Amino acid sequence: MPKDHGIGASTKRREDLRFLTGVGNYTDDINIHGQAYVYFLRSDVAHATINGIDTSAAETMPGVVRIFTGKDFEGVGGLPCGWQVTDKHGQPMKEPAHPVIAQGKIRHVGEIVAAVVADSLDMARDAAEAIVLDLAELPAVVDMKAAVQPGATKVHDDLDDNLCYDWGFVEENKAATDKAFEEAAHVTTLELINNRLVANPMEPRVAVGDYSKANDESTLYTTSQNPHVIRLLMGAFVLGIPEHKLRVVAPDVGGGFGTKIFHYAEEAFCTFAARQLRRAVKWTSSRSEAFMSDAHGRDHVTKIELALDADNNFTAVRTETYANMGAYLSTFAPSVPTWLHGTLMAGNYKTPLVYVNVKAVFTNTVPVDAYRGAGRPEATFQLERVIDKAARELGVDPIKLRRQNFITTFPYATPVAVEYDTGDYHATMDKMEELMDLPGFEARRKASEAKGKLRGLGINCFIEACGIAPSNLVGQLGARAGLYESATVRVNATGSISVMTGSHSHGQGHETAFPQVIAEMLGIPEDMIDIVHGDTANTPMGMGTYGSRSIAVGGSAMVRATEKIINKAKKIASHLLEASEGDIELKDGQFTVAGTDKSIAWGDVTLAAYVPHNYPLEDLEPGLEETAFYDPSNFTYPAGAYACEVELDPETGHVSIEKFVSADDFGNVINPMIVEGQVHGGIAQGIGQALLENCSYDENGQLLSASYMDYAMPRADIIPNLDSYIVDHSCQTPCTHNPLGVKGCGEAGAIGSPPTVINAIVDALQSGGHKVDHIDMPATPGRVWAAMQG
Amino acid sequence: MTKVSMTVNGKTVSGEVEGRTLLVNFLRDDLHLTGTHVGCDTSQCGACVVHVNGEAVKACTMFAAEADGAEVATIEGMANSDGSLNTIQQAFQDYHGLQCGFCTPGMVMSAAALLKENPKPSEAEVRDYLEGNICRCTGYHNIVRAIMAASGQDVPAVAAE
Ligand code: FES
Ligand code: FES
Repeated sequence: MPKDHGIGASTKRREDLRFLTGVGNYTDDINIHGQAYVYFLRSDVAHATINGIDTSAAETMPGVVRIFTGKDFEGVGGLPCGWQVTDKHGQPMKEPAHPVIAQGKIRHVGEIVAAVVADSLDMARDAAEAIVLDLAELPAVVDMKAAVQPGATKVHDDLDDNLCYDWGFVEENKAATDKAFEEAAHVTTLELINNRLVANPMEPRVAVGDYSKANDESTLYTTSQNPHVIRLLMGAFVLGIPEHKLRVVAPDVGGGFGTKIFHYAEEAFCTFAARQLRRAVKWTSSRSEAFMSDAHGRDHVTKIELALDADNNFTAVRTETYANMGAYLSTFAPSVPTWLHGTLMAGNYKTPLVYVNVKAVFTNTVPVDAYRGAGRPEATFQLERVIDKAARELGVDPIKLRRQNFITTFPYATPVAVEYDTGDYHATMDKMEELMDLPGFEARRKASEAKGKLRGLGINCFIEACGIAPSNLVGQLGARAGLYESATVRVNATGSISVMTGSHSHGQGHETAFPQVIAEMLGIPEDMIDIVHGDTANTPMGMGTYGSRSIAVGGSAMVRATEKIINKAKKIASHLLEASEGDIELKDGQFTVAGTDKSIAWGDVTLAAYVPHNYPLEDLEPGLEETAFYDPSNFTYPAGAYACEVELDPETGHVSIEKFVSADDFGNVINPMIVEGQVHGGIAQGIGQALLENCSYDENGQLLSASYMDYAMPRADIIPNLDSYIVDHSCQTPCTHNPLGVKGCGEAGAIGSPPTVINAIVDALQSGGHKVDHIDMPATPGRVWAAMQG
Repeated sequence: MTKVSMTVNGKTVSGEVEGRTLLVNFLRDDLHLTGTHVGCDTSQCGACVVHVNGEAVKACTMFAAEADGAEVATIEGMANSDGSLNTIQQAFQDYHGLQCGFCTPGMVMSAAALLKENPKPSEAEVRDYLEGNICRCTGYHNIVRAIMAASGQDVPAVAAE
């Protein structure tokens, strides 16, 4: 019998009521009396020296309040980078200044050159057209390998070259890894590209800056996944506003997928301008602006090699990756190709030696940072593609080859610095095989062939490091932030509860799932509990939501705070029941004295806490409110086995996904309905990456895919049919180090699906006699067709 | 500036608009009906879908002045008269057809238009009809299920356990 409340129940989402009736409160729905609007004049060239900006005509246009250029920001801090990577020689990465508005030089299409503040957006836009720019265009560097050649045009004149860092991991393993390759019975090599993507949450970014003279306080309303992080970065590093004078609010946010983690120039601008002008300033991104100003994702070029012994055991993995940073370092950019990528290169396998080299490169393109999965999709894609290729070269079954090399004992310390606490990779593989009906594949292939189509089967495994992250560990690795999470559990006098969390929901359903946990712990109805999030003024300092961390880290903080509540409530109950504290039990919202029929209800205890007439005031403070900060002792390691079948039309190269199965191990699950929804969303983004999406630049740094006309988003018809699509999470090895035993599910689908699809396409091509080893993403009909022509 | 008047969710409204004012901006900025969203500037995402004289229309592709005299329905007017969710809205909640909620008003308005013209669509017809609505969160699976369920057709219950 499925549970109907508490942990494990598919409780329907309460937030849906406002979203379904049009009364959500997104940032663009916020308007402040008397606000002005800003229009950003953005560069349409990739690289240029700014000789002059003539705003004189624009300033006289109707409604113009003020025009800002780089000069106005000379004394203001640049946008900070939150992670410092140390290169293989022990040197810190190169960290160029990142101005709010371009200072003297433009380094990518979309960079802000001037900001026009006016009484209306139309007026601001009209005036921006009257600004005259005197630019001396420079050659652009776009290709990463060309960018690191001697003599290449430099993105930043004050740096020696375009190499941000050259990272080796684990450097001490390099010699042994090289030796393993010399001694290998077989080596499989693959060069591949992990295509540049744009996250594209459906809500474009918005920022509204406000200033109150009455208390000298600035407020920023922004589309952020982590308002406290924005307050810290913007307040301390950019504008010099102390936290107690700066409030950041991220209300309903329409999707994030990583791209709303970062601190952006537009946020700093609106806050700054509102202070200067003593007037609220609002910016709403258009979708076209989003394409050239939201941080992009992925964009790796990799060579991976896999060494095997004569028995097909993996003996070593070696990679060389070029990772695009774009023109500036976005907030967490340096960590993505390093600590979120290199540490996952062992995958699900007991390969004893791994060496990862990453060259991070500046180019004249939009900054690149974390996008759903962030580093882990790139790791999985390479590893699972090369394993698939090795299986083909060796003539062994790809499932068998993977199984033979699986890690089977836990905890398991990988050669790339992480320790998997728990997992069962055979179990998820078994589950996938069962749900996929593999014995029926040959018949399905024949049926496709009878229609003149090719059919391919793609198998894939993945592991990810989630529940980000132990602060002391990431501190050693260069993070300039802690990665704990916080929760305040405020029990009200009549027993209802408000939970203030530093975590943030932008679609994940915190308002429904978090109360399920507390309801389970206290035995009270979920609807007595409300979640408050997204406002630095009324939530404890927290790090927000990304890296599948909400329930694993934020949920754990909430559990710890609730445990403190229970402890105190038991003390109050023991006083009221005149029993010893150790005998008090809490069940179904009742405190009872063990072995007696004496009991008192939750609401009577909470009332006593706030009306403490009969109360042990000498020993116990009144009130019932507790805060906990939870810092995880390890990452969590969700893992799974995915498979899909594609049908490929050899006439056109068109690929359709006919069947898809994911078998995930997320540890314990709080709300299965929400978890499955997360996986569906991740898989759709992964299918998008594999078949459709590509952010592309020409050699002059022009962004060719700057709208939905030329950036292909997955739509309803590309997703497999309802009866051919199963997402399963029944294999559960609970996380061993957090109180809920949860691992997190937000990124799995986006990590597991791209190699699944590409493995299937290669299999289909091979079945048609095409000797194709690899096809780069997105596998568009044109690319597939070209591959078939040899 | 020209004066426009129209019926929105059954109420007569009027306002002064510029020739270039889009219907979606009139709804959001002048009428404060912020349930209708803007997700793109190329008329492709469908976050702005409303009904004009009973037809699904992308409110970002129509000038407010063009809707003068029209009957307009938006997400704010979709619930039952007692305030409870209508069949389509309820199915979206029951089948978890929304996450961040940003595409949702457009999805619900499109679904309503589809079911009006085709009360029992096949799965393929639902997917095809949603060509003009982008959702980045749900991966569409649960949206398709919600619409099938709202049309009274059988779909397996929401989560496996
Ligand atoms: S806003 Fe109308 S289609 Fe995107
Ligand atoms: S629910 Fe977020 S875009 Fe559809």
